[in-house]
Amino acid sequence: MTSSTNDDLLHIGDAFLESRLFIGTGKYGDDAVIPAVAQASGAQVITVALRRVDIGNPKDGMLSHIPKNMRLLPNTSGARTADEAARIARLARAAGCGDWIKIEVISDNRHLLPDGYETAKATETLAKEGFVVLPYMNPDLYVARDLVNAGAAAVMPLGAPIGTNRGLRTREMIGILIEEIPLPIIVDAGIGRPSHACEAMEMGAAACLVNTAIAVSGHPARMAAAFGDAVRAGRAAYLARTAPVLEGHAAASSPLTGFLGECHE
Amino acid sequence: MNAMNDDFFPELQKYPLSDVSRDIMACSDKEVLRALETAENGAWLDARDFMALLSPAAASYLERMARTAQSLTQRNFGRAIQLFTPLYLSNFCTNRCVYCGFNTCNAIHRSMLTLEEIEAEGACIAATGLRHILLLTGDAPKKAGPDYIADAARRLRPFFPGIGVEVYSLTQEEYALLCASGVDSMTMFQETYNPELYARLHPSGPKRNFHFRLEAPGRAASAGMRCVNIGALLGLDAWRRDAFFTGLHANWLQARYPGVETAVSVPRMRPHAGSFDQVQPVRDRDLVQIILALRLFLPMSGITVSTRERAALRDRLIPLGVTKLSAGVSTAVGGHVPAQAHTPTAMQAHPAENALSTTRAKQNVGQFEIADTRSVDEVAQAIRAMGYQPVFKHWEPLEGEEYACGALRQ
Repeated sequence: MTSSTNDDLLHIGDAFLESRLFIGTGKYGDDAVIPAVAQASGAQVITVALRRVDIGNPKDGMLSHIPKNMRLLPNTSGARTADEAARIARLARAAGCGDWIKIEVISDNRHLLPDGYETAKATETLAKEGFVVLPYMNPDLYVARDLVNAGAAAVMPLGAPIGTNRGLRTREMIGILIEEIPLPIIVDAGIGRPSHACEAMEMGAAACLVNTAIAVSGHPARMAAAFGDAVRAGRAAYLARTAPVLEGHAAASSPLTGFLGECHE
Repeated sequence: MNAMNDDFFPELQKYPLSDVSRDIMACSDKEVLRALETAENGAWLDARDFMALLSPAAASYLERMARTAQSLTQRNFGRAIQLFTPLYLSNFCTNRCVYCGFNTCNAIHRSMLTLEEIEAEGACIAATGLRHILLLTGDAPKKAGPDYIADAARRLRPFFPGIGVEVYSLTQEEYALLCASGVDSMTMFQETYNPELYARLHPSGPKRNFHFRLEAPGRAASAGMRCVNIGALLGLDAWRRDAFFTGLHANWLQARYPGVETAVSVPRMRPHAGSFDQVQPVRDRDLVQIILALRLFLPMSGITVSTRERAALRDRLIPLGVTKLSAGVSTAVGGHVPAQAHTPTAMQAHPAENALSTTRAKQNVGQFEIADTRSVDEVAQAIRAMGYQPVFKHWEPLEGEEYACGALRQ
């Protein structure tokens, strides 16, 4: 994970990642498909809800399906407060899941939107305890700045409400974070199609996390491969400096200021 | 939004019973289609849409409703079905619910598990792989009071990260005691939202208090329960109306307590010890319509189907929006460990229960007859055969970090 000929590595915490696609472990009809999904996607980071892990059971089904060379990104799914998120993070570390933690603090079960204030508090607490903290958040500039100050290693704005597959509904806000926040921006939630992920990467997102769109697709491994390709294509386009798109108006064939060269002063 | 009332009853009063029945029966195809299109577009339905989906007119659109229900469920919950099993701690009861096998007037054998027996039952259930359990009692607080239920939860916590209770209505302080003892969810069936019928069905006993029961899920949520699960016993009143009020109640709970997971159950009347014979028919087709309408109205809420339903039907309901199934079920007290297997120590601890324990296996009568008698393994296999994943564990308790480290299971 740390040696590569690729000179476009994503640096988070102690890791230098070649793949800019993060994948998840939830919502699969059968966890046995996870190795094939992981391989097809090329992902190196996989998130897992600690609430689903049967800690103390060495035969836990989900963990046994995660390839050993992948970096675990436990998440705090189910946490409603900063304190609960911190407890889950510590449990994950004690259970041998490492120091990376994706903070999810959600106290609205109707819309599943993250609580920015509690997320920032949890980030600050856990960063001080040596965690590599990747907080899931609404793409709000002020919250993002709080997260930077709190010690986050990256920020993970949602593209659309989780599970909706609606794509980059928060595109403008994510664009502002990419411009202003000096941390990797990893677009999480709402990405429903490879084209959505490609679009996020073209904008300059550092990575994308995709779970639902892969897990509930007709063929998870093939969909994972498609997302891997899309993320690579989007990143390549970003690095190649995508040509500017003219919005709204066609270019005038007759320059409006052309007369200046014709004037005889 | 206006500030919400702490009680659901004022919301219930906005919908007079006769008006609800009339409005549901009068819904047109146009209204059904409007509701369906709203759901298909990922928008939230209102109460009027929900009525339309429960109406006779919607019966012609079940397949389209099913496809939307499946899509919404997979997006929000994945292809996953949570498993749990009930453990009946006691069938002593002071109520006279006319439809229930535990009715205090029914001449059935009464018993109550000792804490040692509870632990033995827990070990037996945990050996099946289950990590979530639902504790049930009759309504007899002087025998099986909140302290006893709390003690049971503490004994079971090492085996089960998820513990729910389906017991008589408690005060907020009593729910808080259970939360502090490791209980994280509560189930409360209002039985029927028709107050007049409710009074006739519950002629005496503490359960006769309609309002105290109606507000119990709210008290549990205020006390710190992570999940409240509600339902009506389908078949007591006209099913469309009770299904409507169930959804309305769940929706109100979700808005009032956004941090609490809400879930609904759809229990149908089953044969039981007793003489109640005025069951309103709820056909399989009706049950399906209820599940689909609830899913479209409450896309973020869990839906539980118990072993009241037969195996073949339960399997076919999985892709329609169900998120939780019980498995390996007994509705008798104990029921997972043969009576003779309980230890002498347990009997010494509670000598008064001695005779009851030793004869329990022969005389125990369940609260109702179950229709799906499959083991946990068999249910899990059936879930896999439907292309879904049986989920044995879906919560990690936070009140004691040592548990999560597996220290108590090693």
